Amino acid sequence: MNWDPWIPLLVVASSLLPGLLIFGLAEERIRLRTVLNLVGAVVKLGLVGLMLWGIYHEHHYETRLALLPDLELVLRAGPLALLFVTLSAGLWLVTTVYAIGYLEGSPHRSRFFGFFSLCVTATVGVALAGNLITFLLFYELLTLSTYPLVVHRGTQAARRAGQTYLIYTFFGGALLLLGTVWLYSLTGTLEFTPRGFIAGLETEHRSALIIIFFLLVAGLGVKAALFPFHGWLPQAMVAPAPVSALLHAVAVVKAGAFGIVRVVYDVFGVETAAALGVTAPLAALAAFTIIYGSLRALFQDDLKRRLAFSTISQVSYIALGVAIAGPIATIGGVVHLVHQGLMKITLFFCAGNLAETLGIHKISEMNGVGRRMPWTMAAFTVGAFGMIGAPPVAGFISKWYLGLGALEADQGWVLFVLAGSSLLNAMYFLPILHRAWFRDPPDAWPVDHHFGRKETAWALLLPPLVTAVMALGVALLASYPFSPLEWAMLIAEREFYRP
Amino acid sequence: MQDAVTQFPWAIVLILLPLAASMIGFLLPRLAMTLGLITAVSLILAVTGLGWQIHYIYDGAYQHAVGGWGAPLGIDLYADGLSLLMLTTTSLVGLGVSVYSVLYFERQQALRFWPIWLLLLAALNALFLSADIFNLYVTLELLGLAAVTLTALQGGKAALDGAMRYLLATLLGSLFYLLGVALLYHSYGTVDIALLAERVEATPAVWAALGLMGAGLLLKTALFPLHFWLPPAHASASAPVSAVLSALVIKAAFYILLRLWLVIFSPLGEGAASLLGLLGAAAVLWGSIQALRQTRLKLLIAYSTVAQIGYLFLAFPLAGAAAVSAWSAAAYLLLSHALAKSAMFLAAGNLLHFGGHDRIVDLDRVVQRLPLTVGAFALAGVSIMGLPPSGGFIGKWLLLETALQQGRWDIVAVILLGGLLAAAYVFKVLGHALTEAAVMHEPRAVPKTMEWSALLLAIAAVLLGFLAVPVLAWFGLSEVFGISGVRT
Repeated sequence: MNWDPWIPLLVVASSLLPGLLIFGLAEERIRLRTVLNLVGAVVKLGLVGLMLWGIYHEHHYETRLALLPDLELVLRAGPLALLFVTLSAGLWLVTTVYAIGYLEGSPHRSRFFGFFSLCVTATVGVALAGNLITFLLFYELLTLSTYPLVVHRGTQAARRAGQTYLIYTFFGGALLLLGTVWLYSLTGTLEFTPRGFIAGLETEHRSALIIIFFLLVAGLGVKAALFPFHGWLPQAMVAPAPVSALLHAVAVVKAGAFGIVRVVYDVFGVETAAALGVTAPLAALAAFTIIYGSLRALFQDDLKRRLAFSTISQVSYIALGVAIAGPIATIGGVVHLVHQGLMKITLFFCAGNLAETLGIHKISEMNGVGRRMPWTMAAFTVGAFGMIGAPPVAGFISKWYLGLGALEADQGWVLFVLAGSSLLNAMYFLPILHRAWFRDPPDAWPVDHHFGRKETAWALLLPPLVTAVMALGVALLASYPFSPLEWAMLIAEREFYRP
Repeated sequence: MQDAVTQFPWAIVLILLPLAASMIGFLLPRLAMTLGLITAVSLILAVTGLGWQIHYIYDGAYQHAVGGWGAPLGIDLYADGLSLLMLTTTSLVGLGVSVYSVLYFERQQALRFWPIWLLLLAALNALFLSADIFNLYVTLELLGLAAVTLTALQGGKAALDGAMRYLLATLLGSLFYLLGVALLYHSYGTVDIALLAERVEATPAVWAALGLMGAGLLLKTALFPLHFWLPPAHASASAPVSAVLSALVIKAAFYILLRLWLVIFSPLGEGAASLLGLLGAAAVLWGSIQALRQTRLKLLIAYSTVAQIGYLFLAFPLAGAAAVSAWSAAAYLLLSHALAKSAMFLAAGNLLHFGGHDRIVDLDRVVQRLPLTVGAFALAGVSIMGLPPSGGFIGKWLLLETALQQGRWDIVAVILLGGLLAAAYVFKVLGHALTEAAVMHEPRAVPKTMEWSALLLAIAAVLLGFLAVPVLAWFGLSEVFGISGVRT
């Protein structure tokens, strides 16, 4: 029997089934829950590895199920889909380990891990979606499954954050739905196609297509935290650290950014989009968001809030990369999907460690913390340098390609945005590093948990170290096959600019 | 043998079985519950059998002359895809509600509940199998009386008050309908729907009949602004009864309206279609806003029904140009709403049973003790909001698509806005599900059957989101709704 058509479905099921089982588990079945979580994550990674190998050798993985009379639920593993799937499957495993350590002894863990698995299921569905309605389906499922995670703490602040999150995302969802149905009524298909599927309609329905583009981008922009739809993200910081990691690096904002890539390349087609004149405003909006997010980050004293505004800024690199509408910039944008994920998840893990171990939430409390928790802060430093764009960390590669791509597409102004952003990133990250490494620690930390000779629990320390090493590795080994950069080039070659 | 199976009169079983069970239940109350459960399960079989017959033997429409006397003298039974849809909805919700009711009622209440509930099932099934407008009247009246009795069963001032309003509304509605029937009978000498369809012309008498029957049925369907009786009745009845009222009883009146519209009246009224669409839109918005303003859970759900009924009427102005897609959307919404709304009311019943109240702001500690019930409410909510994956989403998608193809931006806006408002009122309740709250007292436990019957109905509503193709094909809706206006 040929299993290829079922593998995408199995990848989705490998987190869905453990999730559903975990919902049914009693709170105290810790070991079984851990096993289910890890088995699901490892199986998923294994399947993803199989598909990576297969795609590289031009295999074809596609699941099709009937959804509506003329529409199908399509899960298809192309190069771009796999980039995102690999990112989320890999980081899911790391985050699961982290979450098990982080939530040890806290209530409602079955509920938490159940929704956690659903959330990854939805993300993988978003990544593998082969048409816009499948994308929409998983995109909304993502909204629903992250809400319980955002309000997990159950405090008033958490509830308010959850409410804000829902208001933003439901409005976004409605816009996306409208755009999708409208597009369908014009084209009669929603299948993601290299170079888009609206060819031939540009002249007849020009204004409708322009409006649809902005409806879709606005709907996706809510999750991608594009200005002015970013308001929910800093508020959602009340959620536990693994959830922040999930929101910022693995799932939510990435799903939005990924969706924008899909819309530009596989719905409209980048040439058509440029001809419609919609990429330039998108590039401008992304550039503005980059600078705006960095400026706001500068003035936050709360560490997680600063990181949140930093995410708003960094994720827009992806939108900027595709909106420049040239192959090299696209490589930069797409590869940043992975790079930003690795760096930002490291930073959030570290922030979580500081909060859990020493009760540090504010930057002003971070004096000398590097001496108490050297490994954590080393990982943090790697992440921070990556965000600034300094070599040899992943962020440098992204910026290099974005810059080259902008020059190639005759859009020199982008260089100023990139330089400005790097400068601002340096301005809000370097003072943190300076405090942590070069100032004297206070007499007593707000809270102090001891873990023997280690600085913190293994399950908390290992994940940021792993992701920090990966953030270095993807940059140092960028020119080897299967590195994110090489894969992004493969995507550009096979999917976006296929002759 | 082969013939015995294929020719088995499932349609008659659908009517006589619950009727007989009800009669025995009146006489021997102690058997009523057992009989009720057996009947509920058998109805699923019978409706599947009938569906199979319609599909493979009768080629889309089943017809049976009771006692060998055909129309216009005798009583005909008629079932096509639309009837099958309604019968299936009834049997599914009926099974869920029956299982739920086993442990819900106190002993004394149970003795009275089961016979009437079975009678109501018989009335519903008979209504969906009727082929003439007078039989429809008889079954409609029977249905209304059974429903009112069930509402009053709860006892207490609120329930009696609600039941009284309900009684007046339902009697008035039937009266109007009956006047319309009389007018048509007087003009054309028949009450058979098929015969009427051939004879009807646009005369003043027909217009008057349309107006009277329409008004009566709209009152019974509780379409805005004739919904005034619904919230008190649906909110004050006991949980299984509320579920049945919202999921099935008002849909019966809608079914009659749709049936008459499709066969008899549609050539008459562009204007009437627009009016119905307008009222539907108003119902969506008004009902949702009212639901959002409620402080009691059951009232919130009841107003949500007012809103959801509105969606069904949005199909009327769209059906002129695209009958199949508009009516398929309405049918799918109807089915998913029936499942989701009954799940919601049953879940609300659990919360009420557990905490002793349904004040939304104080639900926190109740909600946290009943994860299955909250799960049922949440999944049902997904379908009510029209979010994927759920039956509600499929219905909404079909409706949106049809509206967009016809450039009806007003309807598009109403659908999207209605979805957002629904999300607001569903999360007004769910927002309490995940908060930290101390448990004040150890309240009554909720039996597992009550939690699971709500959850399974909700899961069914969600699963409908993946089954659109087989479901639409099974009911053969594209044949029922004619070949005109198929998507280009």
